[in-house]
Amino acid sequence: MQSEWIYIGLFLVIGIIVPVVPLVFARLVAPRKPNPIKQSTYECGIETVGDSWVQFKAQYYVFALVFLAFDVEAVFLFPWALSLKQLPLFVVLEGILFIAILVSGLVYAWRKGMMEWV
Amino acid sequence: MVFLNDPINFISGWIRGLLTGWGLTESLATLIIYLIGITVLIVFAMILDVMLVWVERKVVARFQDRLGPNRIGPFGLIQPFADIIKMVIKEDITPAGADRIVYNIAPVLAATSVILLWAILPLASSIYGVDLNVGLLYIVAAGSLGTLAIIMAGWSSNNKYALLGAFRMVANMISYEIPMVIILLVPTILADTMSIKGITQAQSGMWFAILSPLAFIIFLISAIAELGRSPFDLNEAESEIVSGFNVEYSGMKFGWFYAGELLHAFTFGGFIAVLFFGGYGGFFGLEKISLFSWLNNPFVQAVVFIAKAMFGYWVIMWIKYSMPRIRIDHMLAFNWKFLTPLALVVLVNTAILSKVLIDLPTWGYALCMFFSNIIIGFITIEILRSYGRKQRKANESTSPQVAQN
Repeated sequence: MQSEWIYIGLFLVIGIIVPVVPLVFARLVAPRKPNPIKQSTYECGIETVGDSWVQFKAQYYVFALVFLAFDVEAVFLFPWALSLKQLPLFVVLEGILFIAILVSGLVYAWRKGMMEWV
Repeated sequence: MVFLNDPINFISGWIRGLLTGWGLTESLATLIIYLIGITVLIVFAMILDVMLVWVERKVVARFQDRLGPNRIGPFGLIQPFADIIKMVIKEDITPAGADRIVYNIAPVLAATSVILLWAILPLASSIYGVDLNVGLLYIVAAGSLGTLAIIMAGWSSNNKYALLGAFRMVANMISYEIPMVIILLVPTILADTMSIKGITQAQSGMWFAILSPLAFIIFLISAIAELGRSPFDLNEAESEIVSGFNVEYSGMKFGWFYAGELLHAFTFGGFIAVLFFGGYGGFFGLEKISLFSWLNNPFVQAVVFIAKAMFGYWVIMWIKYSMPRIRIDHMLAFNWKFLTPLALVVLVNTAILSKVLIDLPTWGYALCMFFSNIIIGFITIEILRSYGRKQRKANESTSPQVAQN
């Protein structure tokens, strides 16, 4: 059990080293001739107006909220699914009740018009 | 013969004997063997990645009635290496306003999030990195790292196109993660385990794609959305936001986004094979007959696995080059109003049936599961059809002149 996660840790380290090596190599062999026009923000040849770090559309935030509710609740379903065959039928039905509560959240968000792209 | 039947353990045992013979302790020898094994696995994945560039370009060309790369080497096989050399010697431009640290970390993270998936991908019954008991959650976790890489790239570039692409991609990826996580519960229920190898072994008699074809279809759709490939490629959308989150990247940093996407697509082809088509096994009990015992050989299993993964990858490519891009409101509505409820219905169906039918023989169980899925699919299509008819009627009654024109 412990050695498995040591393996994953080592995998992460080498998995970071492998992409870094070509980048370092490219740094050594690639030409570097920066100038202000080359380094300006690319906007199809038009000069950028204002700051590029803009605030944009609150709708994305709403979807993130719905996602959060679903994702956390879906994680709770994994232990239930894992031991489903050992559980009595009553507990299986309780899990389905839990899913029904999830669905009621989705229906609420739907009725409130959160799913409409405005 | 030992090498042919169990190559990994044979080689690791040999290295272990060599290292302990030199006087190293057992744990240090294990560590060195791990490092060698990981390096070999990642280098294999990278070589495969390079070949995928060739496969992708060649297959796209065939879909579009072109020849594709055919000049450098036989069938253009050396072309991807030429591509890599070109990318490495290109100038790497960092925009003046960029957040330099985040800007440089993002491509590395994009590649690492894909490479991490290879730790649990079983190529054969004895050739795999590690068999985690929470393998399915690990897939989802590594996928989330990819989302992080994209928002980092989009935000740090200090470019409006990049930021818009990143916004869209994150909305896309987190939305489609929901049906994916829910549908991952179906193999968990059917196999009674979350370990990837356990799921593969549970399919030796019957593929989960047959037990639950709807789950396979939902997983395929949400996997394509997770990959950000067409028809869900709103993050790139060349015709509106140029290239989306990677517009400011050049040289090898762009190369890592590109290579990461290709390897990600192949890896998801592999996971489709593992979760729904029996991975390296899944011969419907054929391997138990003595005439076909060579199917248990790890090299044969690896070839079978790569072939199945390539088929999944090819289906993903086929969809990518046949479908037009869909609008973002359609994409999110498709997920939240159709895919997520359907995934929940499939999950409940699987949970109840696998509990009720637990005493039936395998074939009866499989038939019941298959037909329940067909019935759910049929009802879904009927509901969609009646909804579409209603919409069409409403459109025709409000604007008849449009219909005439």
